[in-house]
Amino acid sequence: MHLAAWPVFLPLIAGFIVLFAKAKGLLWQRVINLLAVSGLIILSVALIKESSSGAHQVYLLGNWVAPFGIVLVLDQLSALMVAITSVLALAALAYAIATDTDANGAHFHVMFLILLFGLNGAFLTGDLFNLFVFFEVLLLASYGLLLHGGGRLRTKAGLHYVIINMVGATLFLFAVGALYGILGTLNIADMAAKVAVLPEQDSALVAAAGLLLLVVFGIKAALFPLYLWMPIAYSNTAAPVAALFAIMTKVGLYAIIRVHGTIFGDDAGSLANYYMPWLLGLGLLTLMLAAFAVMASTKLREQVAYLVLASVAILLIAVGLNNLLALSASLYYIIHSTLIAGGLFLLADIISRGRGSFEDRFETGYAMPGAILIGAMFMFGAVAITGIPPLSGFFGKVLILSASLDHEWSGLVLGVVLVASFLMIITMARTGSLLFYNVLPASETDTTSADNDASSEAPNRISVIAVISLFAMSPLMVLFAQPITAFTESAAKQQLDSKRYIESVLSKQAVEAGKE
Amino acid sequence: MTFLTSNLPIVTLLPFIGAIFAAWASSANRLASAWVAAAVTVLALVLLATAMTPIFAGETLIQSWSWIPAIGLEFAFRLDGLALLFAILILGIGLLIIIYARYYLSAKDCMGRFFAYLLMFMGSMLGIVLSENLIQLLVFWELTSLSSFLLISYWQYRKDAREGAVMALVITGGGGLALLAGVLLLGNIVGSYNLSDVLAAGDLVRSHELYLPVLILILIGVFTKSAQFPFHFWLPHAMAAPTPVSAYLHSATMVKAGIFLLARFFPVLSGTPEWSWMVGGAGLITLLLGAYMALFKHDIKGLLAYSTISHLGLITLLFGFGVQLAAVAAIFHIINHATFKASLFMVAGIIDHETGSRDMRKLNGLFKYMPHTAVLAIIASAAMAGVPLLNGFLSKEMFFEQTLMATYETPLIWIVPVLVTLAAIFAVAYSLRFIHDVFFNGEPIDLPKTPHEPPRFMKIPVDLLVLICLAVGIIPMIVVAPILAVAVAGSLQAAPPEYSLAIWHGFNLPLMMSILALVLGVVVYMFRERLFTWHERRIADLDARIIYHFIFNSITGLANGITRSFDKGSLQNAIAWIIGTAFVAGVIGFMSVSSPVLGQRELLPIDGVSMLAAVVIILASMMTVVLHQERLVAVVMVGVVGLIVALIFVKFSAPDLALTQLSVEIVTIVLLLLALYFLPQTSPKEVGRLRISRDVLISVMSGVGVMVLSMAVMTRDFVPISDFFLANAVPGGGGTNVVNVILVDFRGTDTLGEIVVLALAGLGIYALLQGLKLYAPVRDEKDLNWSEDNHPQIMQTLTRLLFPLMLMVAVFIFIRGHNLPGGGFIAGLIAAVALIVQYLANGISWTAERLKIDMHWVIGLGLLIATATGLVAMGLGYPFLTTTFTYVTWPVVGKFEVASAIAFDLGVFLVVVGATVMSLVQLGRLSDASHKQQQQQESK
Amino acid sequence: MEWLLALVIGVLTATGVYLTLRARTFPVVLGLTLLAYGVNVFLFAMGRLTIGYPAVIDPAAETYSDPLPQALVLTAIVIAFGMTAFLIVLALKARGELGNDHVDGLDLAEDELPLEKRNYTKEQKQHSKLIQQESKE
Repeated sequence: MHLAAWPVFLPLIAGFIVLFAKAKGLLWQRVINLLAVSGLIILSVALIKESSSGAHQVYLLGNWVAPFGIVLVLDQLSALMVAITSVLALAALAYAIATDTDANGAHFHVMFLILLFGLNGAFLTGDLFNLFVFFEVLLLASYGLLLHGGGRLRTKAGLHYVIINMVGATLFLFAVGALYGILGTLNIADMAAKVAVLPEQDSALVAAAGLLLLVVFGIKAALFPLYLWMPIAYSNTAAPVAALFAIMTKVGLYAIIRVHGTIFGDDAGSLANYYMPWLLGLGLLTLMLAAFAVMASTKLREQVAYLVLASVAILLIAVGLNNLLALSASLYYIIHSTLIAGGLFLLADIISRGRGSFEDRFETGYAMPGAILIGAMFMFGAVAITGIPPLSGFFGKVLILSASLDHEWSGLVLGVVLVASFLMIITMARTGSLLFYNVLPASETDTTSADNDASSEAPNRISVIAVISLFAMSPLMVLFAQPITAFTESAAKQQLDSKRYIESVLSKQAVEAGKE
Repeated sequence: MTFLTSNLPIVTLLPFIGAIFAAWASSANRLASAWVAAAVTVLALVLLATAMTPIFAGETLIQSWSWIPAIGLEFAFRLDGLALLFAILILGIGLLIIIYARYYLSAKDCMGRFFAYLLMFMGSMLGIVLSENLIQLLVFWELTSLSSFLLISYWQYRKDAREGAVMALVITGGGGLALLAGVLLLGNIVGSYNLSDVLAAGDLVRSHELYLPVLILILIGVFTKSAQFPFHFWLPHAMAAPTPVSAYLHSATMVKAGIFLLARFFPVLSGTPEWSWMVGGAGLITLLLGAYMALFKHDIKGLLAYSTISHLGLITLLFGFGVQLAAVAAIFHIINHATFKASLFMVAGIIDHETGSRDMRKLNGLFKYMPHTAVLAIIASAAMAGVPLLNGFLSKEMFFEQTLMATYETPLIWIVPVLVTLAAIFAVAYSLRFIHDVFFNGEPIDLPKTPHEPPRFMKIPVDLLVLICLAVGIIPMIVVAPILAVAVAGSLQAAPPEYSLAIWHGFNLPLMMSILALVLGVVVYMFRERLFTWHERRIADLDARIIYHFIFNSITGLANGITRSFDKGSLQNAIAWIIGTAFVAGVIGFMSVSSPVLGQRELLPIDGVSMLAAVVIILASMMTVVLHQERLVAVVMVGVVGLIVALIFVKFSAPDLALTQLSVEIVTIVLLLLALYFLPQTSPKEVGRLRISRDVLISVMSGVGVMVLSMAVMTRDFVPISDFFLANAVPGGGGTNVVNVILVDFRGTDTLGEIVVLALAGLGIYALLQGLKLYAPVRDEKDLNWSEDNHPQIMQTLTRLLFPLMLMVAVFIFIRGHNLPGGGFIAGLIAAVALIVQYLANGISWTAERLKIDMHWVIGLGLLIATATGLVAMGLGYPFLTTTFTYVTWPVVGKFEVASAIAFDLGVFLVVVGATVMSLVQLGRLSDASHKQQQQQESK
Repeated sequence: MEWLLALVIGVLTATGVYLTLRARTFPVVLGLTLLAYGVNVFLFAMGRLTIGYPAVIDPAAETYSDPLPQALVLTAIVIAFGMTAFLIVLALKARGELGNDHVDGLDLAEDELPLEKRNYTKEQKQHSKLIQQESKE
């Protein structure tokens, strides 16, 4: 059964098919890309079903048994991540096509598909060095997408993003190298097995390498003080790209859950969960700074970027709480924050187009076309992301907070999370009132409003649908909270049970008569 | 009957559904939405009635469904006396408001929006009072904040409306978060979020160490919502809302939500000194403050706003006493306040509507213009003042009695009755002002409209409410006793204590207090002018709002400061943070466990050659740093470093690496030189010793760190998995060059990813350079001309001769790759170099003519082949990238082996060629394009 | 010998880091190149140092150098190459878009002067005019 392999290789194949279709023109590329992404969505449904059995599906690439070959491991966590990615990708793609974003620059669709290749690979691989390779793949693709369309600020943002990530890659290699140098293996499960029986005199080295790796993933996951690349990148790239990037921070988070959670899990002896306090503490710090930055933002896109940062911080806190409920809650929150963040980036773009020459700056502008619909959507998104009832953000937060109550830092966690959300609620109320209530009467200055209207765009149908379909997930997550939380909880159980992970990866047999 | 077991959620959700219809109906016809709203409310009332009978029998109705078991969140509803009372108030007064609003709203106001918001708000309020699960209650609690935000900002074009709305949201929403924390802790203490369990666990909670934090957090929620001091100031600003909204929010609903919670948690939290001091204290201050401020408001809605605050304080104070009888009085006053305050707000709305002004300095002598309205107003405000035979009087009497009771227990607080009486005096005064100033006291002063009676249906709701005021005041036993009894029972979760609603208790102290209040109130009102002037001079400017704005601004300032100081938008800053953090992380890691830094593995001896090489590479890299401003030199130095690295690989028996390193080296240097042509030849002198020393520190730290790390590893022994590869390379992979077999077979997926990276780099570069024009200097920095002759003759001929030779080398390297050092990647680079040399020597156009291949295709083909080999295996039922091989014997060549991995390696080869050539050629084209552009500009 | 190599790795890293922290794109590229060298040698060294062992399987030999790190380094080199190439071109793009080669696109003291005041060569002026037009569009 090749189910685990397809989410990785389908986008790759589609990727170079698009490359060949380049001569045929944009239409073909769009069609292929749409087909591929829809295929991924169908696939991820199958993956969710398959993984729900609770057993790890191990896939031996090249038919070489672990730890010698590279394995793909499909479990509920990875299935969930793939599914989120596919949904987000479809919406982003639809928006890109609807607004012709893919037309202003070469190879949008190739980059897009290869990014999915990298993402799904990162989610499914069970090998640390292979994870590095997939990181590099998705990074290079993301460079291309980030810079797609060009422009002054975007180029600067791209430059920062690329250089920072190259430094990150170097750190990654140092960490992997050190781990290999001590443990003599690259397979995550095998590493976990080796760490469990690690002689005392070697554990300091492994601890150092582990924290180094945490820094690497922390850069991706936008952990303080490593997140400086993120706001500038998210707020200056094309809207659909920014929307798709909502998953990029989650990759870092996923890597922490997967790699650190498995290698330094409860069985890791003296190193069991030794990194957790750092995660929690820095997560709290990140959240506070993000909330302040949300207040201090001067552009809507910047503000959304920081809102996303805040939601990631909440996730880091949840993971840092280090208990089953919190992990399950964080998985619930990942779905919410990724999809809503994606929607908000798209919406911010719609707003900025609608306000014409005022773009998304926080200045009193003219009423935008379709203000009522867009305003309603904005309020919806703001309510969801700031975690006000009745949308998923609130329930995610409550899940996390109630999981924190028995932690010794519970007071701190409760305080920081609530104060931060308070600050964000205030700010979003101000933003909404500024953008949609406090508008210049068009009659006042006819000449300017006239040419303002000329530059302002009415929202295009498909792009609005793309946003709504993402936002619609939020109430759905509330309605179907029971099955979803049931799934996330068993996913969390599965993830925390690293013994079973190790066992099922290392005991997987090669296909018979594979060789000779 | 399934319906009767689920009517509570239906009642609650009905208004939300109605809201959608109301919004939708307005598009058809303005008034339709009003009708929808009214219909929905009536329907909800009817549904509620179906559940009423058991409640009066003293039962509690609970309907629940599982929702998120993980946190004990249930979709659960509860109907007991207290909930019933509030539900009736919410729906009943809501209905009157809807009728009233339909006539109040002017033609230009969007009815659909208004009634949609109103219904949303109604539903949220119902949700609060009918929730059994506390988290669910919280959901509706925050929904009231949201919907009230929408209602208050209904006239969004008005600045005061926007600001009032935001302020209300900030205060009540913030309070909601505190409440959330409180509820979470409470639920954690009790072990359940269901009210039934919480209400039963009073002793447990009160004795728990977290009781105080829980109490404080919940009270913050209550006080913000019910506009208790020090959070009272949002309420007057909420008056910017349309009057029907004010009438609804500030009589029966929004502000009563907090009070409701006091009544709800009364059995759980009350009865401790903390409770009495905090609740009682806040209540008392609010009572006085509100009563005082109300007198000095010239805006009639302002007056009503502060009187509302004051009455809420009164109710809070009653709960603060923490005794059952006080609770009775409190609940009774809730009913009465709702009735008379709602009617008064509506009157205010009528006056505003018909005269166009709310300023009591202009409004005078309206009695003769609108006698009917006047009478209603007089009765209602008399009730507010606590005049006998009206409902306000009864609850006020009970209130006075309670204040006195409190003094019996603790004589210290004799002050309470005094202050309370003082408040009552002011209450009388402002009620008097509301009547006298508006309806008598001379003639109106330049009003926008000539006043007249409003349409009949605007008065009917008021009529009804005022009738209730009278009825309750005169025949309380019949009208209000039953519902009051069950409500009290519901709140106390116990049989209500003995109390009498009689109008006449004989000449007792409470009565004296009332009379005193009435008399002195009149006196105060007479001397109002002097009071006003004094107030204007002393008090008027003091306002909690100023503090609010101060706090708000200072937080924003803080936020700006912190954000800008960390996030400078500077790349150097960001990198410094990252590398610094990495270093710290490494050190912490080392420290976290106490184990020796170095191991015992015996080390290799140092020989002279390696010593020399080391010295050279160290010097070279140092030189790169020192001379990095002279960029060309720096590039050369980097080249030297790269060469030595290759030598290191040779030295330690890794020929493949050496080859790769060398070929990459060459291409990289070519790239750097090509790029340097477009960039300044030198970097400017750097400013800031501080930054430089900081960077030196960081880099030395990281250098040392890495050195220690590598030593720590190299001095230890370890058991790698590599023996497997050595053992299986030939039997399993069919190649003797283990490194290559690992690359194309054991870890083929890495290589696949690697070539995808390379391909993307090529495509990315292609995309980047589209339409880019750069300034291509004709002279270099030292102002010497670049050579005009781009393609020297000798070089051309030479390279054309070399070309086939280099290709052959490439093929050779490729073929032997699987068994001897070499392989697709190195071969690819060599071929690429061969091609690039052609471009360099002969010019783009010349080569392009002869080499008609789009590199996109080469890249695509490479990826295709590489992936295809994997897919073939899948087709045969093996996992992706499973390789196979066989030995064939050809004449002459002899026996040699053909592995499917070779095909994979071919893919690698093609991608490398395609990507590399594409990147360099693009750069070449760039220079051509820029040159042409320059020439054009010269010619201009 | 290990100490010597460790020292080399350390120096490569230190110099690489220093250059990566510079304010201009070109030194940063060089810095990252040095860093890449450093980490590649490090990765290689993680297989421990062996001198004079055969690189390919031959029946005569009984011990080999650890091939896995070599494979990893090879992959790492290639990836680093791709990244560097991309970055170099991006640096050019940045020069074109931002008008200078500062990593934050900050203008040089000279660039802050109004165009005619700058002591630029003729073509430089034409170019920066061009940039301004493009950035306006």
